Amino acid sequence: MFSKLLCRQVVNHGFRLTTRAASASTQKKPVVERKPDVKYQKLFINNEFVDSSNRSTFEVINPATGDVIAEVADGSEKDVDKAVKAAKDAFRLGSEWRRMDPAARGALLYKLADLIERDRAYIAALETYNNGKPFKDSYNVDIPHSIAVLRYYAGWPDKMNGKVLPISGDFFAYTRREPIGIVGQIIPWNFPLILLCWKIGPSVATGCTTVIKLDEHTPLTGLYTAKLIAEAGFPPGVINILSGDGPHCGGSIVRHPDVAKVAFTGSTQVGKIIGAEAAKMVKRTTLELGGKSPNIVFADCDLDTAVEMSHFALFFNQGQCCCAGSRTYVEEKIYDEFVQRSVERTKQRKVGDPFDESTEQGPQISHEQMDKILDLIDSGKRAGAKLLVGGERVGDKGFFVQPTVFCDVNDDHRIAREEIFGPVMQILKFKTTDEVIERANDTDYGLAASVFTKDLDKAIVVSNGLRAGSVWVNTYDNFDPVAPFGGFKQSGLGREKSEYSLDSYTETKCVTMKISQRNS
Amino acid sequence: LAAGVITKDLSRALQFVEQLQAGSVWVNQYGALQFQAPFGGFKESGHGRELGRYGLAEYYEMSSSDSQARKVEIKYTQIFINNEWHKAANGKTFPVINPSTGEEICQVEEATRVDVDKAVKAARKAFDIESPWRKYEPVARANLMRKFATLLRRDVDYLSKLETLNNGKSVEDSKGDILASADCIDYYAGWVDKITGETIPGGCDQMIFTRHEPIGVCGQIIPWNYPIMMMAWKFGPALACGNVIVLKPAEQTPLTALYCASLIKEAGFPPGVVNVVPGDGPQCGNAISVHEDIDKVAFTGSVEVGKKVQEAAAKSNLKRVSLELGGKSPLIICEDADIDYAVSVAHRAIFTNAAQNCTAGSRTFVHSKIYDEFIARSVELAKKRVVGDPFDPDTEQGPQINDSQFQKILSYIESAKKDGAKLECGGERAGNKGYFIKPTIFSGVKDNMKIAREEIFGPVMSVLKFDSYEEVIKRANGTSFGLGAGVITKDLTRGLTFAQQLQAGSVWVNDYDAVCNQAPFGGFKQSGHGRELGRYGLEAYYEVKTVVIKLV
Repeated sequence: MFSKLLCRQVVNHGFRLTTRAASASTQKKPVVERKPDVKYQKLFINNEFVDSSNRSTFEVINPATGDVIAEVADGSEKDVDKAVKAAKDAFRLGSEWRRMDPAARGALLYKLADLIERDRAYIAALETYNNGKPFKDSYNVDIPHSIAVLRYYAGWPDKMNGKVLPISGDFFAYTRREPIGIVGQIIPWNFPLILLCWKIGPSVATGCTTVIKLDEHTPLTGLYTAKLIAEAGFPPGVINILSGDGPHCGGSIVRHPDVAKVAFTGSTQVGKIIGAEAAKMVKRTTLELGGKSPNIVFADCDLDTAVEMSHFALFFNQGQCCCAGSRTYVEEKIYDEFVQRSVERTKQRKVGDPFDESTEQGPQISHEQMDKILDLIDSGKRAGAKLLVGGERVGDKGFFVQPTVFCDVNDDHRIAREEIFGPVMQILKFKTTDEVIERANDTDYGLAASVFTKDLDKAIVVSNGLRAGSVWVNTYDNFDPVAPFGGFKQSGLGREKSEYSLDSYTETKCVTMKISQRNS
Repeated sequence: LAAGVITKDLSRALQFVEQLQAGSVWVNQYGALQFQAPFGGFKESGHGRELGRYGLAEYYEMSSSDSQARKVEIKYTQIFINNEWHKAANGKTFPVINPSTGEEICQVEEATRVDVDKAVKAARKAFDIESPWRKYEPVARANLMRKFATLLRRDVDYLSKLETLNNGKSVEDSKGDILASADCIDYYAGWVDKITGETIPGGCDQMIFTRHEPIGVCGQIIPWNYPIMMMAWKFGPALACGNVIVLKPAEQTPLTALYCASLIKEAGFPPGVVNVVPGDGPQCGNAISVHEDIDKVAFTGSVEVGKKVQEAAAKSNLKRVSLELGGKSPLIICEDADIDYAVSVAHRAIFTNAAQNCTAGSRTFVHSKIYDEFIARSVELAKKRVVGDPFDPDTEQGPQINDSQFQKILSYIESAKKDGAKLECGGERAGNKGYFIKPTIFSGVKDNMKIAREEIFGPVMSVLKFDSYEEVIKRANGTSFGLGAGVITKDLTRGLTFAQQLQAGSVWVNDYDAVCNQAPFGGFKQSGHGRELGRYGLEAYYEVKTVVIKLV
């Protein structure tokens, strides 16, 4: 989905325009508010905005300028208690939420999607203001995808069937798919609204209630969505949204005894801490963590597509994607040409003011992230990888990093092993299929992978061999709501989106009744 | 007939007023007849009332010239092909009748074989592999469906009046049908991006997967008892799977389907995806069943015609068939039932929609221990049922659909009397205009009587007595039908045993006709094949394609 919308040049190179993309491109241009009003800065509990219990706040920064753009309530352990209590009340047996017809739960999600669509231009501007991603991405990718996800889940509540079981003996047995209960959900800063919707969708569809912690860098669109949640008519307490930091606010959610399930999207490092903490109370856990995803380009590919897609796979969203194609393996025969074309493409990449229409790349999210990226670039240089373009900070205001390409990268370089989460592309060389599969899998991660080839057989064999939750063939970053997403190995546990995600939000109850006589 | 009391004591006067059994009670006067005040008898002094508003009711309930019926504008009377309106190829039209009056509402273009051919061509073109419809993303299809549902809700006031005018069901019932129809379309819109094929673990040098592909051109033939709802049940799964449609509404009730066709166009469906051909069974319906270029036919109607449809489908191009046919559905009232509740469920089970309901609970089996009381209370309730002008908000039961149904029902009533069943109430026409029949109850009905074996499709409740549960299950299953069944009991084990042993596509425990969009619906035995509604409903609208790729 993202790839369809974003790779303009690839589209020109013959990708068929989809109806969705076509309609997006024919729409009137939105009026862009470069400094959108920040309307909601408090915690959302029981459908009301409240101050944090200790009245403390934290600063929210515009990463394009480094300026403070809002002071937002800092959720603490006490606030988590309050939110969990609200969620618990909403989940009480016999409550409005528990008694609601499944289709009515779906209708609320449809309504929320409609309200986000209504306010699309404002929310897109707010997202860009807070996150730094280009406005055209916020407007054409983040907001429409969030809407699509909510609408997808809206169709599920009345379709989640249990089973009647062919049990032996004089019994009648069936399963019910019941909501797990109160879920705690912790989301990151790279796709603030999208990941909020990935979390709200299954939790509402299955009938759970939730306490969501927004990332402390990017709480603004989440808090605005909270207002839309109240407007849509969700009963109080069904969705509670907190802003706060990881150790206190996030930690309190994970540790809370009434929270039955924790869903976390973020780094593998934090994911392990959360997993260990949740294990103490055998909480259900879904984790969507980091990656070092291989992108394998065979000599028999369509080179134009492969170059553009590989560029997109890495640089999209300033390289701040958990599934970024950050190890680009290119077959020896076309290696030099691929490198040369990738460098050309990267040189054209326009970095700058995210509200500028021609901008392809905005700032990184924070000074800290920028420093980390620059440090990894240095490590690449020191280790002997060849820096072909970029490698430095852009300007001295905001957190911009030049689009950077390394060739002659070895598998054991830090830049080929660690998640950079920035605009730094590593191009590696390979000779044979077996070799590249082995090298591609030689990582603790397993989130995504891709293959570029025109050979049907090769496409299937390689995609079967790759140890990753998503494999894209001749495309990258397809995020259709119907497709599951999640990691093998240390890239996470469980799947988001798609029918599979519903399993992570339901408990299966098997009811067995003794009856007088069973027949077929 | 009347009574009087002379007293100055207010409370005593009111006490007399309450307790005297008479149609008119005069206090401190006598014989005070006035035009405004209804007049008529209790007991053997007569039925009904003259004078006053009540006096009107005796007449207007059957009245055609009701102003509301006249206010309903008829907007579409032609054949809908390729999102355009067409005249019939043979230049003929047929009359559409208002069943409340027997009078003609309008003439509608009569589609026959040539028109069906034209519609199929349009549909085929819309189904071309390169057509916009085939290239739509799933979500785009879902959006069109949701738009259509929104339009149904937008026009619910107009559509419900049109449905009532043409079908005779009460406006309130029509509204309920339309809102349920919109929900059905929304429900299936939600399925569009959730119909998943599978990947299959074949040998290690194989990649095997299935695709669920639309069947193609679907002929859909629907009845007159729930015109809009049957249309929605057909459109929902067919469109969700990406098929194209040639729909034939019943010749008795084409008007709402034609209006809905205009909403299909307004919603933005590409031309040819939905085509509506009004016409009769022998010519238009048959042309669909035998058509060589229709890939699937779905039919809802009588068993007799269902058999013909299946035969024609097999003889022509072996098109896929789904059938939702008649029933003679049992409702079993156990001795432990709450009797008031059971009486109300049984009443609703049979009399809903003037009993023109394929699932009608038309064999009410009642345990001998509560049989007499059940009859007495059911009669009481049936007598209270308000029969009359469907535009009147108080009306519970409108007319039967047409003269031939009306005559058929009356002849069943006669057969029951002859066979020795005891007529407890009703049993005759109501009023003298239109096709109204009084809610009728027979007690002492035996399994071999015609009214206990054949589908009456009219407001006739047949109450049968049983003594043991083994016996009643056998009797309930002793029919060639198997559409619905109900059981009223407080006993868990008994409820589940019945649910297991009754041979019917739907079994309702402590309820009846609990049909909802998520739950499959269809018949065992000669009540049909395939299922409508729910996930199962989709299965009748896709072909499974298995793809095997050898890795070489």
